[in-house]
Amino acid sequence: MKKKPKKPNSRRSKPRRANLGKKPADARSDKWVLRLYIAGETPKAVAAFNNLKLICEEELKGKYTIQVINLLEHPQLARDNQILAVPTLERKLPIPVRKIIGDLSDTERVLVGLDLVGRNAAKY
Amino acid sequence: MPTLNRHIQLKELPKSPTGIRGLDDITNGGLPKGRPTLVCGGAGCGKTLFAMEFLVRGATEYNEPGVFLSFEETEKELTANVASLGFDLARLVEQKKIWLEHIHIDRSEFEQSGEYDLEGLFIRIHLAIESIGAKRVVLDTIETLFSGLPNTLILRAELRRLLGWLKKKGVTTILTAERGTNSFTREGLEEYVSDCVILLDHRVSDQASIRRLRVVKYRGSTHGTNEYPFLIDEDGFSVLPVTSLGLNHSSSLERISTGIPRLDTMLSGKGYFRASTVLVSGTAGTGKTSIASQFVEAACKRHERVLFFTFEESASQLMRNMRSIGIQLEPWVKKGLLQFHATRPTHYGLETHLVTSIKLINAFKPDIVILDPINAFVTGDNQSEVKAMLLRLLDFLKMKRITAFFTSLTNAGGDATEMTDVYISSLIDTWLLLRDIEIGGERNRGLYVLKSRGMEHSNQIREFKLTGHGIELVDVYVGTEGVLTGSARLSQETKDDAAQLARNQEIKGKQFGLARKREALEAQIQLLRSQFEAEEAEALKEIGNEKARNERFVQDKARMAKSRKSDARTGQQPAKPGTK
Repeated sequence: MKKKPKKPNSRRSKPRRANLGKKPADARSDKWVLRLYIAGETPKAVAAFNNLKLICEEELKGKYTIQVINLLEHPQLARDNQILAVPTLERKLPIPVRKIIGDLSDTERVLVGLDLVGRNAAKY
Repeated sequence: MPTLNRHIQLKELPKSPTGIRGLDDITNGGLPKGRPTLVCGGAGCGKTLFAMEFLVRGATEYNEPGVFLSFEETEKELTANVASLGFDLARLVEQKKIWLEHIHIDRSEFEQSGEYDLEGLFIRIHLAIESIGAKRVVLDTIETLFSGLPNTLILRAELRRLLGWLKKKGVTTILTAERGTNSFTREGLEEYVSDCVILLDHRVSDQASIRRLRVVKYRGSTHGTNEYPFLIDEDGFSVLPVTSLGLNHSSSLERISTGIPRLDTMLSGKGYFRASTVLVSGTAGTGKTSIASQFVEAACKRHERVLFFTFEESASQLMRNMRSIGIQLEPWVKKGLLQFHATRPTHYGLETHLVTSIKLINAFKPDIVILDPINAFVTGDNQSEVKAMLLRLLDFLKMKRITAFFTSLTNAGGDATEMTDVYISSLIDTWLLLRDIEIGGERNRGLYVLKSRGMEHSNQIREFKLTGHGIELVDVYVGTEGVLTGSARLSQETKDDAAQLARNQEIKGKQFGLARKREALEAQIQLLRSQFEAEEAEALKEIGNEKARNERFVQDKARMAKSRKSDARTGQQPAKPGTK
């Protein structure tokens, strides 16, 4: 299991900005746990990870964790977490669990999937 | 023939036996080994059970562990559902013979962003196969993917890849799919599964459900192409490949008694052939069931096993009724030689009847099977189906060398007596016809042998009587008045006796008169003769006189010539002047 916790240094400043910010719906969740299931380091997996990182940096800076799980190494987790498609991004926290499949190249869909769309819309 | 078949089979592709009764016969050995098979059909037609039985039989009978990937039901639900078929999934899972895995897909939980593949599914299947060394895989129902995941294009490509991958792994796979409106499956899965496609069907006809199975396609193998009825019951799935049996059953020379001595006599003295088909047809109340029961009793006395399907009476009612004519059936039931199976024909569909019958026959292993009556199945215009069903049953019975005894109710009146309602006459070996003979305000029963293949049989009508000690056959009166039975027969016989007596007396009188005439005639002849004799004597006397006179004349003439000294010439011819 590759755990890649995001740099802790950015954490302190971000929550504050989020709380100050425009999103009360988001306020309850100051801790985001995101899991990315991949099956080997395929181009799609790499793309998904990069896309995810970008989005998180933009939207959830400082309060998110990304766990990358390679199912080839931990096949049991595919059953346990009902994973079929890869890459699958799973929002473990905040609950409810949500899933987004694909290489996350469509940012809009990812934001919808992660329920971050309100924040995005408020930007405009 | 069998050796030829085996030869062909060796050449055919390897097969994975399903263990489903009947299906392996249709497919010549099972599903294509190491390849995918598509099982499709509408809702509730038994796809999941089919697949499950394939796995369970594989695990328990052929030592081939199997993986069941369920896209619809959870492991718990599945285990509970198939428990009704007698499959103990939980134990098999524990023994690592079966791997159950529920694949949960909920469209609402997914968001798609960009391209994806189904590697996760591959990994799960791989893990499952590896964990138990599976040889069989079921994906039930893979089409759920299409409703659960976005982007059909990706799914199709992935599905194709999955099937190829499974083939490479060498596992025998069953995919189940819901039937589409214009194609076998909603998503056109038959495009991907080219090796074997099996179609299940569940339809309702005349309020009775009929399940049917058809092998639509089986690449590289011969297979039965008909629709075969199948049944799902407490023992699982069974398919009836009975139409594939054909007519190659061997025939028997053994004869078995009908239980009625006179009837045996009518059938060249020995009764029915074993493993033949006997039909007793007749109008209501002519004693069809009684003849059947008499046969049953006789068979049980020979320690043969009899399975009695009754569609009109309950077993106890039938036994009570038979007791009244002195046929005791209870003891044989108690001894286990006789088994009744009473159902209403409308209870379930024809196929189910057939399958149930065959299952019971297989379980009880009878020597004789009675169906009373067969035309109870006919409702409306399903005669051809009934005939097909009976044909299948008959073939099955013949193959098992079981004697079949059917009764058939024909419509009263008309010329329909020789027509059975289900037109199965061509299937029958020995056909007894019972008919009402209505004379003089009385109704009596007549019996005759309409046909009996392979034996000499009587062409006579017998009167058929139900007595307190069973069935008796009596010669009917056949005379100038036609065929008479019952009291008409008795009175006619008395009348005949009287007439006979009168005739005898008349003859005697005539003979007497004749003798008298002869006497008179002879007397007359005598008289004439004596008259003639008298006349004759007279005539002779005259002739004598005449002759004498003539002689004298000649002598006189000669004497006269002598005296006149006539020449010798005239003297030489003395007669001439005499005649002048």
